[in-house]
Amino acid sequence: MADVVVERGRVARATGARKGSGLRNALGRKSTVAFFLTLPLILLIVLLVLYPAFYSLYLATLNKAMTKFVGLGNFTFLFKRETFWMVVKQSCIFAITAVIFKALIGFIVAHFVHNIPGKKQRKWRGMLLVPWVIPPAMSTLAWLWLFDPSYSAFNYTLSFFGVGPIPWLGETFWARFSVILVNVWYGAPFFLIMYLAALKSVPDQLYEAAAIDGANWWQKIWYVTLPMMRNIIAITTLFSLIVTFANFDIVRILTSGGPLDTTHLFATWAFQVGIQSSDIPLGACVSLFMVPILAVAAIFILRDVSKRGNEA
Amino acid sequence: MSRKRLTRRQFVAATAMSSAALITAPYVRGAYAAGKLSIGFWDHWVPGANQASTDLVNEWAAKEKVEVSIDYITSNNKKIELTAAAEAQAKSGHDILQMPSWWPHAYSENLEPLNDVMEPLIKQNGEVNGTVKYLAQSGGKWLAVPATPGSQIKGPCSRIDLMKKYANIDVQEMYPAGSPPKADNWTMDTFLKAAEACQKGGFPFGIGLGETTDSVDTAGAIFQSFGAELVNAKGDITVKTDQVRQAMEYYKKLIAFLPPDAPSWDDASNNKWLISGRGALIMNPPSAWAVAKRDAPQVAEQCWTHGFPAGPKGRFAPFLPYFWGVWSFGKNKEAAKSLLVHLSSPSAIEKFVSVSGGYDLPAYANLTKLKTWAEEGPPKGTLFHYPDPYHQQTLSIAASPAPPKIAQQIYFQATLTKMGLRFARGETLEQALAWAEGECEGFMRS
Repeated sequence: MADVVVERGRVARATGARKGSGLRNALGRKSTVAFFLTLPLILLIVLLVLYPAFYSLYLATLNKAMTKFVGLGNFTFLFKRETFWMVVKQSCIFAITAVIFKALIGFIVAHFVHNIPGKKQRKWRGMLLVPWVIPPAMSTLAWLWLFDPSYSAFNYTLSFFGVGPIPWLGETFWARFSVILVNVWYGAPFFLIMYLAALKSVPDQLYEAAAIDGANWWQKIWYVTLPMMRNIIAITTLFSLIVTFANFDIVRILTSGGPLDTTHLFATWAFQVGIQSSDIPLGACVSLFMVPILAVAAIFILRDVSKRGNEA
Repeated sequence: MSRKRLTRRQFVAATAMSSAALITAPYVRGAYAAGKLSIGFWDHWVPGANQASTDLVNEWAAKEKVEVSIDYITSNNKKIELTAAAEAQAKSGHDILQMPSWWPHAYSENLEPLNDVMEPLIKQNGEVNGTVKYLAQSGGKWLAVPATPGSQIKGPCSRIDLMKKYANIDVQEMYPAGSPPKADNWTMDTFLKAAEACQKGGFPFGIGLGETTDSVDTAGAIFQSFGAELVNAKGDITVKTDQVRQAMEYYKKLIAFLPPDAPSWDDASNNKWLISGRGALIMNPPSAWAVAKRDAPQVAEQCWTHGFPAGPKGRFAPFLPYFWGVWSFGKNKEAAKSLLVHLSSPSAIEKFVSVSGGYDLPAYANLTKLKTWAEEGPPKGTLFHYPDPYHQQTLSIAASPAPPKIAQQIYFQATLTKMGLRFARGETLEQALAWAEGECEGFMRS
């Protein structure tokens, strides 16, 4: 709105000015300045995101030898592969389970941290963010040592209680559990910090009013906190869903997709098919398959957010 | 101050004279007159081994007046494969790139034929083994030159004491240092009995069942020793054959004696298994022994590297060569070829083997009895049989003899270990075979 007001003012002032001042006016506009300020980022996105995206679309339409155009042939081939559907299923299990747990843990811990007074809260916030700030490849290597098939620190500890050894990475259930656990450990602090920020922006008066009305803690959460946080929950969920679906490093380092392909995600399988098996078009196809799934999720979530924005 | 003007006539005369002088002047050979050469080498595990490559390249560059630049590219996380893919796509990059086993065929269209390099090298160093021909030749064209650094046989590395104690096998007597093996009884059946005995004794054989190369290579050699091929040399699917069934039955029996977590092993797991003293045998080049020499000397002095057990169709040992390829879009192909000849000379190969402590393996028949393997220890002679000095094994790669572009997918999708594991985990043999057949059908894409 402010932008329009400024522009109108400029237009009014410029009516009597000479013709050559058009360019100066354009450059003086807030929107033009904003465009130029974001231009480096736009160029980076074009170079590092759009170009590779369109190039992978092109690659996905080539045959294995990359010598002729096969249209959607690679996609129809994929649809007939048992492993592909297993990867689709696993990616959904991985992403949905991990995001639910990340959101849940982030929400609960955000409440705890929110209730810690002043200085101590800062310390806790810092400590809880540690998993998120360590490069995932590095922290996953540490997890790998904890899960190591033969020398697992977890199994060593469990052995004192007469439990185990648990094949953390060797059995389908435990391998899936392990990769999801590491993803949740890594991603929960992001939810925590977002929810904490959202919690701080909920006016205290609403809780006071709810208390006067006799609301218990659960009713306060259900009728005050959650409605006030809906947008931030939706946006963080969408963002996390995209990032979790596209996860590569955790699975690659911990299981490489095994045992028997039961922990492969789109990205790890695309790497195995595209780079390791030298079938780049098929690898591109696998990685592109994430797009429609994420696009559908994005449309639903963002539509909901904008609907509530309009209502507000 | 007077200023002399240059007339048009003087200008033309001066230009003509300078041009004539430049053209007729004798050719002055500068320090880098033969141009530049950019090389991408595999980054060696062994400390100091890269320096040998650098020294050899510099020695050649000084003689040939070529300006060289070398990048050492790690094979961790498939960095070499990624570099090869990127350079082949961009049609730009190094002049020479060291690439793992399957890559010459994968990029055959982008590689310069090297027949003029390989033919004289074979005359000089002896015949190359069948796996090198299978991986680096296409339609009579040599796509790449076998590189000594990084090439390896993944044969058994046994614990002398544990094999004697639990399996009643004296591996030193069977493969004596300095003389031919007496391994007629070292068969798949003996191997299975030894695996069972060592497992019962609490020191199971450390053979992985995962999806990385060490696991796949061992499975490949076992399948080949039964004559089992998932896809034959013509490209026909041959999963449902008696040989494959026989190999699967054997593999299932062996799996029962391996560590329960073997399905999640990677290429480091078997090394750790041996070094920690938990196992009686692993299938690996001598890198595990070399680390044990440093970190667990009491284990290292009990290690003995030797040949693979023989199956009904012969004695096969997993061989994993590296290659040096010259991109067809390279800018200095002649210099690249000249360097490859230099790096494949017997003296250069001897140097590679020596600095790598015997890990690196030449692919040439005349170069399997170098003194490094005879002298390395402790125990002295532990590596003598590593390069198969008496040529008693067929050096092979898993999934061969299928056409390489199909075999590469069988190999990297770990179809052999997966089908064995499916069978061992409760699927019927026919179910596991049907699954493998479906996978192979998918690998037929061209």
